[in-house]
Amino acid sequence: MKKELPERFRNHKHVWVFIEMERGVVHPVSFELLGQGRKLADKLGVELAGVVMGAPGPDILHACQESFAYGADLCYTIENPVLADYRNEPYSKALTAVVEAHKPEILLLGATTLGRDLAGSVATTLLTGLTADCTELNVDDDKSLAATRPTFGGSLLCTIYTLNFRPQMATARPRAMPMPERKEGREGRIVPFAVDLHEQDIITKILSFIPDRDSNKTNLAFADVVVAGGMGLQGPENFQLVKNLAAVLGAEYGCSRPLVQKGWVPSDRQIGQTGKTIRPKLYIAAGISGAIQHRVGVEGADLIVAINTDKNAPIYDFAHLGIVTDAVRFLPALTEAFRKRLSPHTRDRMAG
Amino acid sequence: MHFVVCIKQVPDSAQIRVHPVTNTIMRQGVPTIINPYDLFSLEEALRWRDKVGGEVTVLTMGPPMASDSLRKALTIGADRAVLLTDRFFAGSDTLATSFALSAALKKIGETFGKIDIVFCGKQTIDGDTAQVGPGVAKRLSLEQITYVSAINEVNGEDGTVTLERRSEGGVQVLKTNLPAMITMLEGSNTVRRGRIDDALRAARAEIVSWNAKEAGIEDVTMCGLRGSPTVVKKVFAPSPRAEKAALVEVGATPAASAEALIEAVLAKSPKIEDDLIKLASGF
Ligand SMILES: Cc1cc2nc3c(=O)[nH]c(=O)nc-3n(C[C@H](O)[C@H](O)[C@H](O)COP(=O)(O)OP(=O)(O)OC[C@H]3O[C@@H](n4cnc5c(N)ncnc54)[C@H](O)[C@@H]3O)c2cc1C
Ligand SMILES: Cc1cc2nc3c(=O)[nH]c(=O)nc-3n(C[C@H](O)[C@H](O)[C@H](O)COP(=O)(O)OP(=O)(O)OC[C@H]3O[C@@H](n4cnc5c(N)ncnc54)[C@H](O)[C@@H]3O)c2cc1C
Repeated sequence: MKKELPERFRNHKHVWVFIEMERGVVHPVSFELLGQGRKLADKLGVELAGVVMGAPGPDILHACQESFAYGADLCYTIENPVLADYRNEPYSKALTAVVEAHKPEILLLGATTLGRDLAGSVATTLLTGLTADCTELNVDDDKSLAATRPTFGGSLLCTIYTLNFRPQMATARPRAMPMPERKEGREGRIVPFAVDLHEQDIITKILSFIPDRDSNKTNLAFADVVVAGGMGLQGPENFQLVKNLAAVLGAEYGCSRPLVQKGWVPSDRQIGQTGKTIRPKLYIAAGISGAIQHRVGVEGADLIVAINTDKNAPIYDFAHLGIVTDAVRFLPALTEAFRKRLSPHTRDRMAG
Repeated sequence: MHFVVCIKQVPDSAQIRVHPVTNTIMRQGVPTIINPYDLFSLEEALRWRDKVGGEVTVLTMGPPMASDSLRKALTIGADRAVLLTDRFFAGSDTLATSFALSAALKKIGETFGKIDIVFCGKQTIDGDTAQVGPGVAKRLSLEQITYVSAINEVNGEDGTVTLERRSEGGVQVLKTNLPAMITMLEGSNTVRRGRIDDALRAARAEIVSWNAKEAGIEDVTMCGLRGSPTVVKKVFAPSPRAEKAALVEVGATPAASAEALIEAVLAKSPKIEDDLIKLASGF
């Protein structure tokens, strides 16, 4: 494997994170990436920068302050009315321009619909490598970025390098990396960057935006407690048992893929490789076998509890706690036991 | 109108197994399929052809046996199939793949008529990067619209397309000019079964096969391993967790088991009770 960085790339320095913002809100994946980026920058002895772009207004400053709180040393800001809503052309032009001007060594983006749309274009324009959906980022002794990603549905991992090109680009899925600690009031520098963009030059026009109905806005990926059900529930009517337990716990509910395919549960509730990645403090999986494609979506949970009738089910290989029992009979009892324990009445009595 | 759908032949990952000792992927005997996400794009192309007229060409880059997928696409209803195959393409990453596909797309436009829409799948189920579509769009200067949940109008007269794109927290309704590169979301349509006459036609159809040179690629250093900035350095199995789950004993009644499980949860993670109390009371 050849490894000779051409002269023209030798002055590429620093680690950057693209700060993804839609309608004024920074996507949490950007903070997760800042957490990783901070580690890489410290190892390399360089600075960590965020790239913030959008329409002129207070959101930009706010996104910079948030980025500083999560570890950025500085933020490049690109303000232009054309950048009010995401479109590929102006965003990829702006990001490419700031990269060419300030030459980062590493550029990280979230593997969201926006990030995936943008990263592929920018990498192609810059003619550099892009490693998708990384679960681990590191720098080697010789300072190359080692980007590790699951392959073949999570059954294998591979480590990918971008040896002779800069920047080394990578994306990571939301929740694949832990959320770093937020340091309120941490400060940084703001470096404005001007890009010449005019609405009349942009071909794609936004006619309207239809926000999701509330039912579509699940907070599954960011929930502290998640209860999920699988085929072991036997029938669609029993999924209500999962919802009941989730309601008592103030938790989000989810499911394995077959339940979505059978139409029992909407697709935004699917957990796993082709669904959501979760990192709750507590994950309760009822009647889920623990196939690799499910496992990769839940491994970041602090405590995994499995309810499965088969003591040899693969889920017991990665769950922390388990109970070998019929979920359909057990879930109502568990719900009731939690309800008793968590009801304010009981708590007052215990405290008193 | 001329629609071109890029399809990739992939191993049916539902049937992929990893060798327990050597940790290598056991591909032998694993059937190959058209990347499932590409079928939604193929269906959308066929629908608009049926509606506004024109032709659907399918394109794949891969080994000679990838023509199986092309033939399958013809049975579903595509009009023409192009196979891009050459040993120079082996080991391509997404940058090199998009380079080769772009060259072939240019050549398809010159040979069979100007392309209005290039369709790609949202992502594949093997490489799973979602990078090839954007790469092709950038190289050919096509308008790029990914994650499309519905195409509302394709207007050949003024050369525009109106569509709905999934984004964070909602759907963007967009209008753009042709030519464009579009990737369709899964479930955005129902993929048809081919008709008998398409199957008969497909069985006899000639698949156009181009090597790098025939596709108009002069510089083969842009292809395959040499043209790929990313290098896979190692492949390994995820390290299994050291211990298996601690099993809570099943009690005499479900209620007793429930109490035992809750105790075990709190023993493992004492702080969780505070979190639960907060959540349960709706904070
Ligand atoms: C490309 C690809 C992507 C995929 N992506 C995902 C994904 O994102 N998410 C995902 O979840 N899957 C995904 N899958 C599917 C995955 O491989 C499994 O098929 C799926 O996770 C199995 O779901 P399950 O555990 O609910 O069902 P099963 O495998 O049928 O398991 C049911 C389990 O319930 C247990 N059980 C039976 N009765 C009871 C009972 N009364 N009480 C308690 N337990 C009981 C059984 O012992 C068994 O372990 C994907 C597959 C492919 C090929
Ligand atoms: C396990 C694994 C991990 C990899 N990781 C990376 C990585 O991180 N970065 C990287 O640059 N490369 C990576 N590669 C290489 C990459 O898979 C290849 O470049 C591949 O040719 C295309 O990428 P993809 O499968 O991710 O396609 P995607 O970009 O997910 O495909 C999107 C769409 O592009 C079209 N398309 C893709 N390939 C073809 C084709 N051969 N012919 C016709 N149409 C096609 C299809 O419409 C497809 O739906 C990886 C490969 C493997 C096997």
